[in-house]
Amino acid sequence: MASSARLAPSDLARMASVGLRTRRLRASLSALGIAIGVAAIVAVLGLSASSQAGLLAEIDRLGTNLLTVTNGQTLFGQTAELPKRAPGMIGRIGPVTEVEETGSTSANAYRSPLIPSLNTNAISVQAASLGLLKAVGCTVAQGRSLNAATARLPVAILGAAAAERLGIDRIYPGERIWVGGQWFYLAGILTPAALAPEIDSSVLVGFPAAEKYLGFDGHPTTVYVRTVTSQVAAVQSVLAATADPKAPNEVDVSQPSAALTARADAQSALNGLFLGLGAVSLLVGAVGVANIMLISVLERRSEIGLRRSLGATRGHIRIQFLAEAVLLALLGGAAGVAAGIVTTVVYASNRGWSVDVPAAAWAGGLGAALLIGAAAGLLPAIRAARLSPTEALRTV
Amino acid sequence: MTPVLELDGVTKRYGEPPVWALRGVSFAVEPRELVAIVGPSGSGKSTLLHVLGTLERPSAGHVSITGVDVAELSDRELAGLRARSIGFVFQQFFLAEHSTIQDNVADGLLYAGVRAAARHELAREALARVGLADRLSARPPQLSGGERQRVAIARALVGRPAIMLADEPTGNLDSATGQQILALLDELHAEGATILVITHEHEIAERFRRQIAMRDGRIVSDG
Repeated sequence: MASSARLAPSDLARMASVGLRTRRLRASLSALGIAIGVAAIVAVLGLSASSQAGLLAEIDRLGTNLLTVTNGQTLFGQTAELPKRAPGMIGRIGPVTEVEETGSTSANAYRSPLIPSLNTNAISVQAASLGLLKAVGCTVAQGRSLNAATARLPVAILGAAAAERLGIDRIYPGERIWVGGQWFYLAGILTPAALAPEIDSSVLVGFPAAEKYLGFDGHPTTVYVRTVTSQVAAVQSVLAATADPKAPNEVDVSQPSAALTARADAQSALNGLFLGLGAVSLLVGAVGVANIMLISVLERRSEIGLRRSLGATRGHIRIQFLAEAVLLALLGGAAGVAAGIVTTVVYASNRGWSVDVPAAAWAGGLGAALLIGAAAGLLPAIRAARLSPTEALRTV
Repeated sequence: MTPVLELDGVTKRYGEPPVWALRGVSFAVEPRELVAIVGPSGSGKSTLLHVLGTLERPSAGHVSITGVDVAELSDRELAGLRARSIGFVFQQFFLAEHSTIQDNVADGLLYAGVRAAARHELAREALARVGLADRLSARPPQLSGGERQRVAIARALVGRPAIMLADEPTGNLDSATGQQILALLDELHAEGATILVITHEHEIAERFRRQIAMRDGRIVSDG
């Protein structure tokens, strides 16, 4: 005697979708939990990847070939001094393309002489060489930069954070600030310098002006070095000895882009929390799907009985309800993936990041939905299959 | 000729202490017969239908369908037997309300291993046999009760089963519509179908040439 036939996949898909097509509101509500969970997971992973991509793109734009040389500490814990000749000597290293320097002065900057001298706003006043802006990859947001003439005069430009702290958002002719006990005219305000954040909170003046008006001793404190990109490591290894041949251990050399790259990698610390929330939502969604499928089995007893009388085996009934649960969860998962991607696209394009939704995020979201559907549908499907056909037919 | 259906000393008991729904029922149905089983409620008619339809196995005795002893078949083989050799018609019709009647009838072959295109073609033919050839894409809620029962009959017959079992097929219909359904069964019988109708109404049973009367799980008359 021939057994009952296997169902074709198309027939199974059609049967699985009947319950969803005929009870759309119920189906969409019960899939909502899974949709939210998957959306949360996809959005978290997508936003994290996009922000990382944004940061890395920014780093690429700024260049990874910038090295900084700063004065470190002496053996006795005092601040060391870089030799005045350090920039010149560094410039003679073969692969070095640009050398610019800043030097810290002891002066403070205020909006006016009326500001109490304690309110320094943590703004430092630095002497800057003329090519500094180009070397660190920042530009003038307003006004103009220093030039060979203004570098000799009491003229200053403001880093982005310094301008904000002083309450200055535009440049007009004759605008002055109080630096080191005298008026300095403002030439311009800078854009943020991602690779050299110390410049953001600085008031920059020319080297000659610093020596003339602020009692600056002429020793550089930071030397910014651009090299041929392929030679960064080689240059880095000889920088300290070149900057201060007598005391290379008193020189700190660093690569600012390396710190940014590390930050990009570390940014996913909070992701765990949001992924956890997504997982909880998935769990709640799974319970919702299981619940709705159990109710569906009770409501559709006569359908189960009819199908058994038409020749369905217990296996046929089981696979039908299991497929329905999986389809429900998959639809929720697909909606969640779509919502997660939309969230990522909207947020990332607002921030100007390139959109990057990792394949693992959406594939994982759909996979999780599939597994959840199967797990949530198993118990209801087994119940439906266990129902004896005569019992199922007796109801009505 | 092998009987389509043969019962030999079939008993069925439920529960503990046992309730006897069938107490030694024996009869046979030959091909192309039209038989009525009649009896009051509680006489064991429904249990008999379930045993005949292989939805339940007897506690004792033998059931053979198209010469095959049901006791020798696995559950999966029994399902296959239902899919290919038995057609059911129920008092409540049991139609899928959101599907067209052609899909409803085609589902009668879903578990028989017939391809979708062939199922729909056979469903069209079966609906033509019950007089609904022009309503293929209608849905059950658009149909009258009599038309719905015609759809259910078409679904039972779509695979040309060895026997059609009809459980109170007119129970949910007014008497005029019920007469039309019975007339349809007569026609189908005349065309060669083997039909067994279960009813509690003697008036309906009296239309049939052979009537098996039941009471308290036993056959009290057959002829």
